[in-house]
Amino acid sequence: MELSGWARYPRFDSTLFAPATKAEVLAIEQKLAHYIARGNGRSYGDAAIGSRASISMLGLNRFGAFDPETHLLTVEAGVLLADVIATYLPKGYFPPVVPGTKFATIGGMIAADVHGKNHYRVGSFGNHVQSLHLALPSGEVVFCSKEENRDLFDATIGGMGLTGTILDATFPLINVPSGWIQEETIVAPNLEAALDLLSNHTEAAYSSAWIDCLSTGKSLGRSLVHLGEHARPIVVEELKPGADLFPQPSVDTLTLPLEFPSFTLNRLSVAAFNALQYRKGALTAGVPLLKGIDTFFCPLDGLIEWNRIYGKRGFIQHQSLIPNEKAPTVLAEILRRFAVRGNASFLASLKKLGPASSGLLSFPSPGYTLSLDLSIDRGLFEFLDEIDALVIKAGGRIYLAKDARQSPQTLVAGYPGLERFRAIRAKVDPDSLLTSRMSERLGL
Amino acid sequence: MAHLPENSPTDPQSLLVIGGTSDIGRACALRFAEAGYTILLAGNDAESLAREADDIKARSGAAVSLHSLDILKTETFTDFIAQLPVLPDIVLTAEECTGDQHKAESDLDYSSMIMRANFESPALLLGLFAEKFTARNSGVLIGVSSVAGDRGCARNYVYGAAKAGLNAFLSGLRNRFGNSEIRVVTVKPGFVRTGPIENVSLPRFLTAEPRQVAQSVYRAAVTHRRDVVYAKSIWCLVSAIIAVIPESLFKRMHL
Repeated sequence: MELSGWARYPRFDSTLFAPATKAEVLAIEQKLAHYIARGNGRSYGDAAIGSRASISMLGLNRFGAFDPETHLLTVEAGVLLADVIATYLPKGYFPPVVPGTKFATIGGMIAADVHGKNHYRVGSFGNHVQSLHLALPSGEVVFCSKEENRDLFDATIGGMGLTGTILDATFPLINVPSGWIQEETIVAPNLEAALDLLSNHTEAAYSSAWIDCLSTGKSLGRSLVHLGEHARPIVVEELKPGADLFPQPSVDTLTLPLEFPSFTLNRLSVAAFNALQYRKGALTAGVPLLKGIDTFFCPLDGLIEWNRIYGKRGFIQHQSLIPNEKAPTVLAEILRRFAVRGNASFLASLKKLGPASSGLLSFPSPGYTLSLDLSIDRGLFEFLDEIDALVIKAGGRIYLAKDARQSPQTLVAGYPGLERFRAIRAKVDPDSLLTSRMSERLGL
Repeated sequence: MAHLPENSPTDPQSLLVIGGTSDIGRACALRFAEAGYTILLAGNDAESLAREADDIKARSGAAVSLHSLDILKTETFTDFIAQLPVLPDIVLTAEECTGDQHKAESDLDYSSMIMRANFESPALLLGLFAEKFTARNSGVLIGVSSVAGDRGCARNYVYGAAKAGLNAFLSGLRNRFGNSEIRVVTVKPGFVRTGPIENVSLPRFLTAEPRQVAQSVYRAAVTHRRDVVYAKSIWCLVSAIIAVIPESLFKRMHL
């Protein structure tokens, strides 16, 4: 069947298998070549499209064990983060890292080594994974952790599924005082102010900036910087008297009924939306707000198939990392080019990143990450190649989990761990049985 | 109608699920575990049972025990019940065996297996527990049946006939215990979404998630005390309409 990532570009035929147990995964893989494991299809580009076959891990959705002493949770790889949150938040536990969607699988979160709005404090999800079981193409199942099979562990964290199929994983949950986030919004009139705010508020548990990337001139990069804390019971009582301290997180969400025609997203409508957002944010700036977990971490999950607003031709999400010292100048130049080109972007976000994990192909390292959505139009790919060149020149890189188009040269320049990754991959998969459209495109 | 609180303040109650690895069986076990019940899972695939037990334990913190049972070996039923650590407060049969109608039309043994798994086995088990519950004068018997038992149709009448038998058996039990503390619940789930990939051929408004079925079962058994439950109430109407179609017309319909 035709598969795509979340951005619905590109699309390729790939035979989709749906095993229900670990034993079935192993049995299916023994008969396959050129396959890759696929979670809930939340990576944006071609990472989870197997060259010939893809293995849906959604059937492996059972929890294994939870230890209330150590807070360590073991789950099968196809478990959705939403399931973890819905099960444990009412009991006062929360995942250490939550990306922009809770509909990712745990296996997918490890394969992409995802980060959240707290990377500068706690690192990426891979930092927290204690151990995992990996099914190699040979059929062997290997236990990997920071102590055992360390090389394979490091290649698997952020390895886009190319070292084997993650079957299960163990990671700790954190204690939280409530199921609410106390949010404060600060207006940043330009990029410099936004960067300053993000780097001066590292005491906040969470931070991120929403950028109006169509503004130019003196207000280039004007942003709303959101800071968040897990709200203490006394704050919940104050801001939402009588509210349930641990409300049951939503499972059902609003779904856009049809694909929007592509013309609803154009420079005018997005500029209007952005201006409105900015004013709305400016109005509430400085006032502490109480937000639900979903609204704070995953605002777009509320529109469960929001990727369809870009219409049938899909879109590109471009996410780059710029190291700290180069960030002010390079991000300004990138934003200026995006603003001039005027390619619609509902969502541009800027986050501060801290120390890297041990993952060889892991994306985050100290600096700032900018991500924006772009509808696909003529000249976009050439334009993005120029942006990539700026990123690489600044010592940055492009995030594989969002990628559908970076060049092999960009990849090599951005990922210093690539050679070691390739060496480990050659050892566990000498016949290149594990291949995705991404690995073929980039020669991973 | 009595509405009991979600968690009754009495001792932890227990639920035995026969067919604990079926989608509905596992969803029901989890729903009751979340309400504080101790869970007994019975089935013949030890590995799958252990996987479900771990899942329920990790999610709910409930105590879960495993009990080996081959639902086609009726001669073992008496011993199976005798060897349970407790006589459960609630027993639910949820084996999953819709079978292949086409194969059942020509394969006698296969057809017999579908009938036994869907009628003989749950009926005998629930009948045995009914005796034990009579002695104790309390308990709830829950049979997961099917709307397929409401009227036989070409698509699945071997399975449907067995479920019709189960419906009659449950209705009879309920009549027998009509004036006692023992209750009997018939569950007719309608279409249920199972497996990881969405079955697009099922119309959405008629299709329930296993956890919706589990919630209906929990309400019927514990809080709202219903006799017959459909996971989606629309099925009540659908079944009523199908029931009144004259046979002369029904036989020419493609169902």
